[in-house]
Amino acid sequence: MITPGRIVRLAERDRAEVHFLLAGEMRGALAGDTVLTAMLASGHALRNSEFGSESRAGFCLMGACQDCWVWQEEGPCLRACTTLIAEGMRLRTTPPENWP
Amino acid sequence: MSDLASPRIVIVGAGPAGIRAAATLVDAGFHPIVIDEGQRAGGQIYRRPPAGFTRPPQQLYGSEAQKARALHSLFDQLAAEGRLTHYARSSVIAVHEGRLHVLRESGVQVIFYDRLILATGASDRVAPVPGWQSAGVYSLGAAQIALKAQGVALGRRIVLTGSGPLLTLVGAQLVKAGAHVPAVLDTSPWRQQLRGLWELAARPVVALRGLVMRAQLGGRYHAGVTLERIETDGSGVAAVRWRDAGGRQRATSCDMVGMGWHLRAETHLADLAGCAFTYDEQWRQWLPKIDRMGRAGNGIYLAGDGVRLLGADGAEIAGCLAAAACLADLGRPAPSANADLHKLARLERFARGLACAFPWPSEMVRALPEDAIVCRCENVSAGVVRESADAGGGEANRVKSLSRVGMGRCQGRYCQLAAVELVAAKAGCKPDAVGRFRGQAPVRPAPIGAFLRES
Repeated sequence: MITPGRIVRLAERDRAEVHFLLAGEMRGALAGDTVLTAMLASGHALRNSEFGSESRAGFCLMGACQDCWVWQEEGPCLRACTTLIAEGMRLRTTPPENWP
Repeated sequence: MSDLASPRIVIVGAGPAGIRAAATLVDAGFHPIVIDEGQRAGGQIYRRPPAGFTRPPQQLYGSEAQKARALHSLFDQLAAEGRLTHYARSSVIAVHEGRLHVLRESGVQVIFYDRLILATGASDRVAPVPGWQSAGVYSLGAAQIALKAQGVALGRRIVLTGSGPLLTLVGAQLVKAGAHVPAVLDTSPWRQQLRGLWELAARPVVALRGLVMRAQLGGRYHAGVTLERIETDGSGVAAVRWRDAGGRQRATSCDMVGMGWHLRAETHLADLAGCAFTYDEQWRQWLPKIDRMGRAGNGIYLAGDGVRLLGADGAEIAGCLAAAACLADLGRPAPSANADLHKLARLERFARGLACAFPWPSEMVRALPEDAIVCRCENVSAGVVRESADAGGGEANRVKSLSRVGMGRCQGRYCQLAAVELVAAKAGCKPDAVGRFRGQAPVRPAPIGAFLRES
């Protein structure tokens, strides 16, 4: 189920659907979405601040501010504004639990 | 035709400046390497959506559609004909002794150059507003990229603020696309904007276009605004509190804020390449030193918004000039620069008008409350920056070491100007006396694994 997220799609809505997992839960997105767009289409944040209590949802969208790094289940982080969503991606808004 | 013995020229950035520089070099028989972070060439203002998007250039770039299309097809053709080498999705993270360290998907690759043209562009010049670290606050550029490259608005109720051409442009584009924009809050008062009018008249068509867009914003637009704070709830931005030109307190509820005060040149690589810098009073920021053609010395050339904030048209011209300077220095025939230099002078006059009409909000920054966050990366507050100014003698890099402002993942791109403003206020000197943060490699975060795969 897609609940209303932070972003609003204004154009280009007839692209193929793509599915990914966010914290183990199935989410839908459209082919050509960045990870940032995909996550904020049904959510309000990408991650929590390491230095404050607030959540973060990106800032510059051009790869300069580094606010939008998100975790993947398999370990490596990715920059959500410059990475396109792909079928079957497994993303997290928090570090994996066994992270040292 | 290019041959293996010819000097290697590397261009960083495939926006308007980088593309024109590449085309000029190809015309002269060189085979440049163009390194760019984007998936497809175009840069930010002429950014192209990913494959599968269908809106035509007219809808994406408006009055600039022809220019965008011309640059895209020029670059694509040169790449398809194998007359240049394009490293897409690649970030130059360090420059050292004639070598670029380039972060690519395959790992870090070292590329040497004989001549280097940096066309690294600019990002939004932002000023902290209490609460701006919250989810839902974006740069104006981000709002435009979201619309152009993804077809989305970053919120359901959008307040735009700051000052400069992008404020009006992004506002008009969002309204036209159907986004809900209850307020556009310009910190520059009308009388200040009028002061820039004479020089803005250097480009009457562009100025007029801006006025038409301003009119389209109607009652949403407010000049001479003072921003007080961004209020938040559990999921992010909830409202902007501001005072209008008459001093009345206002609040506009929203779930997104887009902010920016024109642009800040992206100068990290020029710094690492050893370029000299000078404080530019007009733009209130440090910019690399170049001659009229873009020469920075030592085989380095700079072009576009990364060195002079003249916008996309100026960047195209500067790209041609930098390549021409490079050719002349190599003893090759170079295209004549006179007409381009003349055009550039007109754009420079217009830019002076912009800088005057839409100034950096130094008073607002100096008045930040102690607990306001200055560095979004590590949540360093205005109070901590001010305190370390006392201990550090008012020097930018000492303040950086003491407070960690500018040491986070963005490397000071979005906090440096405000931090320096706070230190200057505390030390009772002008911002240029505080100095600037030294650039440090890597200029983008790079995973350790990328160095293990170094080639």
